[in-house]
Amino acid sequence: MAKFNKKRSKAEPEVSTASLPDIIFMLLFFFMVVTVLRDSDKKVKVVTPNASELTKLTKKSLVNYIYIGRPTDAFKTTYGTKPRMQLGDKIADMSDIPLFLEKHKAKLAENEKEQITSSLRIDGSVTMGIVSDVKLALRKANQLKINYSAKPEAK
Amino acid sequence: MGKTNSRDRIKNEINAGSMADIAFLLLIFFLVTTTIAEDRGVLVKLPPFSYEPPETQMMKTRNVYSVLVNADNQLLVRGEPVDIEDLRDNTKIFIMNPQKLDNMAEKPTKAIISLKNDRGTEYATYLQVYNELKAAYNELRDEAAEKTHGIKYEFLDKDQRKAIRDKIPLVISEAEPTNFGEEN
Repeated sequence: MAKFNKKRSKAEPEVSTASLPDIIFMLLFFFMVVTVLRDSDKKVKVVTPNASELTKLTKKSLVNYIYIGRPTDAFKTTYGTKPRMQLGDKIADMSDIPLFLEKHKAKLAENEKEQITSSLRIDGSVTMGIVSDVKLALRKANQLKINYSAKPEAK
Repeated sequence: MGKTNSRDRIKNEINAGSMADIAFLLLIFFLVTTTIAEDRGVLVKLPPFSYEPPETQMMKTRNVYSVLVNADNQLLVRGEPVDIEDLRDNTKIFIMNPQKLDNMAEKPTKAIISLKNDRGTEYATYLQVYNELKAAYNELRDEAAEKTHGIKYEFLDKDQRKAIRDKIPLVISEAEPTNFGEEN
């Protein structure tokens, strides 16, 4: 017994920590790839309503975003308090929609073009007038797949 | 030359021990800033646009379920005011017509939901109404799937889904909004 004990104490069992940085780096890269630093800062305030019949939009490259809401405090003086539409990172008018859609289309391959979805992020307190105008403009531009962005209902 | 020798003897190694800490710091930064942004929403297909006015199709009144939302966010369903909480169940009964009443849809394939809102309707209400109508159809499809296959609609394969979709097609027709209410 004594012999056995002695032998064990001589060896120094230590977990090698050399690979620890590698593991952490792998995690780091994962999060770096997954992270989307917000691409466009919002000039309108949007709080989407709740709904239950939701569909997930999986392919991000096939989605373009249209924001409708009231201008935030910083932009109230320039754009007023009426609901406005934001395309990309600037406040736009209905006549800017076709060009905006065309710019997004140009980035995609031919076979993906019919799968484009427009995600409408609309503030719950906005009235339907501007929403109808946007819908009509989208129809005229032949962009028929739309998605009313909404949050899942809190149970 | 002697100097070089003495240099070689010293172990010239960067201490990699703090590497993990640096990586951790970066990791935590990205962990905090990450929003794995999921975009979810109510998927809608708009009708194609044409400058000519659409052909007027005569529908039997019994097959049309008209839903009007006014500028005060009130609902008028087939001429009667209705609470939004009852809309889903009423719609389901209208589509399936379990008692074969003669003022409801002849069969699910003939049922048409006609939705009309005002330009002054609040978007939140509009979406809620749309959501309820869509939910009615989704529930009916789930029920049909459970009856025939024993599982929910979303777990069926492509052909089975299509069969049920053909049996209960989702038809929500949206009319041009009226313009009575105040927009803001």
